[in-house]
Amino acid sequence: MRFLNLALLATAAALALPNAASAHRAWIVPAATNFSDQDPWATFDAAISNDLFFADHFPMQLAQIKVTAPDGSAGTIEHGATGRYRSTFDVHLTQEGTWRIGTESTNVMGSFKVNGVEKRVGRGRGGPPPGMMPGGAPRPAGEGRGPGGEGRGPGAPGGEGGRPNIESVELSAIPADATDLKLTEAISRNEVFVTRGKPTETFFKPTGKGLEFAPLTHPDDLVQDQPAKFRFLLDGKPAAGLKLTVIPGGKRYRDAEGGFEAVTDKDGVAVIKWPQPGLFWFTTSTTDNHPATPRATERRLSYTGTVEVMAP
Amino acid sequence: MRHRSLSLAGTVLAGLPASAMAGTVNIDIPHLTVAEYHRPYVAIWLEPTGGGEPRTVAVWYDAKHRGEPGTKWLSDLRGWWRVAGRNSATPPAAISGATRAPGHYAIPLPGDLKPGAYTLKVEAARETGGRELVSVPVTLPKQGGKAEGHGELGAVSVTLP
Repeated sequence: MRFLNLALLATAAALALPNAASAHRAWIVPAATNFSDQDPWATFDAAISNDLFFADHFPMQLAQIKVTAPDGSAGTIEHGATGRYRSTFDVHLTQEGTWRIGTESTNVMGSFKVNGVEKRVGRGRGGPPPGMMPGGAPRPAGEGRGPGGEGRGPGAPGGEGGRPNIESVELSAIPADATDLKLTEAISRNEVFVTRGKPTETFFKPTGKGLEFAPLTHPDDLVQDQPAKFRFLLDGKPAAGLKLTVIPGGKRYRDAEGGFEAVTDKDGVAVIKWPQPGLFWFTTSTTDNHPATPRATERRLSYTGTVEVMAP
Repeated sequence: MRHRSLSLAGTVLAGLPASAMAGTVNIDIPHLTVAEYHRPYVAIWLEPTGGGEPRTVAVWYDAKHRGEPGTKWLSDLRGWWRVAGRNSATPPAAISGATRAPGHYAIPLPGDLKPGAYTLKVEAARETGGRELVSVPVTLPKQGGKAEGHGELGAVSVTLP
């Protein structure tokens, strides 16, 4: 972690959000999703990249990843390591049932004006959000950017790349007399589920808050010849008309990305027909005007997951 | 991958009494000429055609594996594991046994099966080898059936009295 620079962290944070201008995707990939062992360990890779699941861009930060045991208690990441392009870690499945491994983040970003001068909030395309910079590691010389030339440095005052010099402030630092508030609350989750023994439903009971994955087909019960029914809820109600993008892994060995879309019906259910067995990444997002953050004007919610589909 | 049934290896009938009246599952585990051979994990189960709980007839695995418990690879029998295996913590002793050498095996169907249509499924998964699932539709108590495996399994049939 110490070796990571600010640009990398900021980029990783930015890219963890869908709807970013790029096609960079955050993923957590399990080696397997179902375990029959009496003392099983699940092992994972986590990264951010264009092609799925080809780790060639940035590692996902382990500090962002949370493990939850079937009974709802916090699990632990073990044997974690972060390389140049990916993080790897294990989870000791000490309980029977379905485990959740994932990230959840809430960021507020946007802009406002004070006396006609524009200022920014949160990371936007600027600085990293609070909590994204453990230790506040200094930026090693010559490591400002990834090889891809992201052009997304930490937007500290001074800007770079010829961008206007716009000050970025904390949310709490918005003055009372600010005008032209355009604040977006972005809530995103990225999850994968693995199961020891019999699958459990602990994590799919709706809380009634935000965009929730409440599948009718358990994500650890997927077989290629059986369409899956993935249901999504928005504040506890069926999220109708939600567009799901589903992309198979293994892009490196194909010409085309091979992604497809599924749309949720009035019950919030999208039916996904798997074109082949293997690992699939899916994502969906929606926007409304019900943010919880005071003075925010928009709420953007996204849910991303990785699933393993078995051969019949 | 030349394979042949070793009927010479003998026919093993386990637990003959009353249950044998319900019928018999016959399976061949083929002899495979490969550099590294391990006996396959095998699961035999029945799925009611109209839906309902699958019924495991037998599961053969390396229960006494040294080092890691042999249950680790039960999930390689992915069809069985999904519909039946994972619903119990470990396979019940009454239906589980050690892995078997290539040969012909006759396994009695449970005596308390209700009449009706079923699909008999036999799945085999072998370390460093392949995996195969063979399905045989049957209607108890009158209609048996047979099918042929092509790699990990040979002939599979259900014979009824």
